[in-house]
Amino acid sequence: MTIRVAVVGLGKMGLSHLAIINTHPDVRLVAVCDSASYVTDVLSRYTGLKAYTDYRRLLEEVHPDAVLVATPPGTHAAIAQAALERNIHVYCEKPLCTDPAESRRLARLAQAKGLVNQVGYHYRFVAAFQEAKRLLDAGVLGPIHHFRAEAYGPVVVRPSSATWRTSRAAGGGCLYDYACHAIDMVHYLVGRPEGVAGTVLNRMFSQEAEDGVYATLLYGGGKTGQLAANWSDDSFRKMALKVTVWGANGRIYADRQEVQLYLRKSVPEARGLVPGWNVRYTTALTPPVWFYLRGEEYSAQIDHFIQCVKRGKPDTLCTFRAGAEVDEVAAMLVNNAQGAPLSAPLPSREPVPLSSTL
Amino acid sequence: MTILPRLLFGDNQFFGVNHMSEERARAQAMRFSTTRSMIEVLEAAYDEGIKAFMCTTHERIGEICHHVRDHPRQYPDFQFYPCMPYGVKYANAVTDDGIIGALKRFLPQEGAFGALVKGGLAVATRDVQGIGELLIDAEMKMFQGLNTPVIFLQNLVTDLLLGLGMHEALRIFAEHVRRRYHAEPGYITMNLPRLLDALETLGLENPIVCASINKAGFRMCGGIAAYEKAIATRRFQPIAMSVMASGAIAPREALEYVCAQPNIGSIVFGASSRANIRDTRQLVEDLGRPRVQREEAVPA
Repeated sequence: MTIRVAVVGLGKMGLSHLAIINTHPDVRLVAVCDSASYVTDVLSRYTGLKAYTDYRRLLEEVHPDAVLVATPPGTHAAIAQAALERNIHVYCEKPLCTDPAESRRLARLAQAKGLVNQVGYHYRFVAAFQEAKRLLDAGVLGPIHHFRAEAYGPVVVRPSSATWRTSRAAGGGCLYDYACHAIDMVHYLVGRPEGVAGTVLNRMFSQEAEDGVYATLLYGGGKTGQLAANWSDDSFRKMALKVTVWGANGRIYADRQEVQLYLRKSVPEARGLVPGWNVRYTTALTPPVWFYLRGEEYSAQIDHFIQCVKRGKPDTLCTFRAGAEVDEVAAMLVNNAQGAPLSAPLPSREPVPLSSTL
Repeated sequence: MTILPRLLFGDNQFFGVNHMSEERARAQAMRFSTTRSMIEVLEAAYDEGIKAFMCTTHERIGEICHHVRDHPRQYPDFQFYPCMPYGVKYANAVTDDGIIGALKRFLPQEGAFGALVKGGLAVATRDVQGIGELLIDAEMKMFQGLNTPVIFLQNLVTDLLLGLGMHEALRIFAEHVRRRYHAEPGYITMNLPRLLDALETLGLENPIVCASINKAGFRMCGGIAAYEKAIATRRFQPIAMSVMASGAIAPREALEYVCAQPNIGSIVFGASSRANIRDTRQLVEDLGRPRVQREEAVPA
């Protein structure tokens, strides 16, 4: 079974997805779309790909089985909705939407239509984080009382010209670009918070968005977490996401490269673990992929989406619902930073259960 | 044909690249915070007979280029094997300014073609070849007057073009590097079997290809068996990288595997101390030259 796929948005992420999906053995790339005709012209000249500058025309004329959306966040809602309404499966870059109400609407629409939907939180496909999830789900730490989720990297390290990336209104800024990855990883590993407090959205270089996000995440039962994201830290070569979780029986630390687990005592839930340090490296944990461009996780997330489409399985490892939950917490952080002393989800919010696959 | 050396010295350790541990990467970046500290290690490699330096076009490499240029008698046989482009700066520029904005930022504005770029005409006419050549020239500027027998396309770009199916751009790179720099083109890839197919279709014979080749199968897309088959049967000049999979495999075991493969004439490795450089050189010497299964493909 060959899946006919189109890619909308050919910036950095879009080109990367395009190269990966184009090599997938179960996929036929049928069209691309970008508002910049330069990119589409060059691509179609050198590869013979059918190119559009208007996504609606693409969806109407080509009617792909699935579409990958990698446009700036402010445009996600309209494009994803247009695709879902035409019964097309959608993979969408993160953040899903800047308005959580739109994200929820998309999640409902995808669910109602039984269409496969996935958001591009690729860290869920990093083997070291998957191993951390496996260990936490097995309960090796016992009750969890605190965590710290951090994301650092060198995106904006000097005052620069205004683009969508440095405008929160357009879906840019450290909150949507970096902190959302950390929030999603928190949801994946320990669940979503009930409220947020002490949020600081710091500016260093950007005019219309924050360069740093710092907050406390609150849970029932006394569990708390801290969130720190800073995209103006060029002591990191590229983005680094790291999570530390403390429980009654020790702590676990994970980043893209490794999982370090410290256990106070051995646990029957997980065989092979010793009291003290247990370290596993991504080099040993990462399953091979059919094509490598910039990290196995980028290929793995695309393959997961395609396999879900093939099997008609709408519940991906990172659904629109999961994306909406990140957008809700992002909105709570903005709300809290603007003066609400303690920000809980809006009362009008409908309950959004965690996806069964999470 | 360029004769590739048995050992090439890489630069990952200088820039805090380690696929296994963030802490280790940072410790290395701290260890090499000055250009002098890098030069000392390069001199140790040079003394051990490893005179080929396979490096990115990171701006700090420019400082090493200055040093080597300024001391020609100290390093008469020093060879640079540039790997371009240094991807991070392009990736950020594309996200900030879009593809056209990024091109304008990196392309020279002087000269006849520069004027076309400035006026947007080269971009408007979709002159991929002209733009590609200018980008290569911009990256090569720091190596002016230095010995660069092989010029590599980094895996991020090689594999992006491979994935997109823009194979023609791989040929543009080869032709420009040969014509303008009298150098051999080389390609770094994480997708060896697939790349060899593409290069064969382009008619690029006996290409120099640098790929992860290690006992763990780490970053060997298509699988270790497909790699071993390609190495044994296909006509190309392999350079093995990531032989220790960032430290996942012990040095002896790692090198025994690579040296037991036929036809692998060259190995690129990184090290932070004279002792480690010497150990690696000694180990490779002890393990001997590779078995040659296809004579025409292996450097003399």
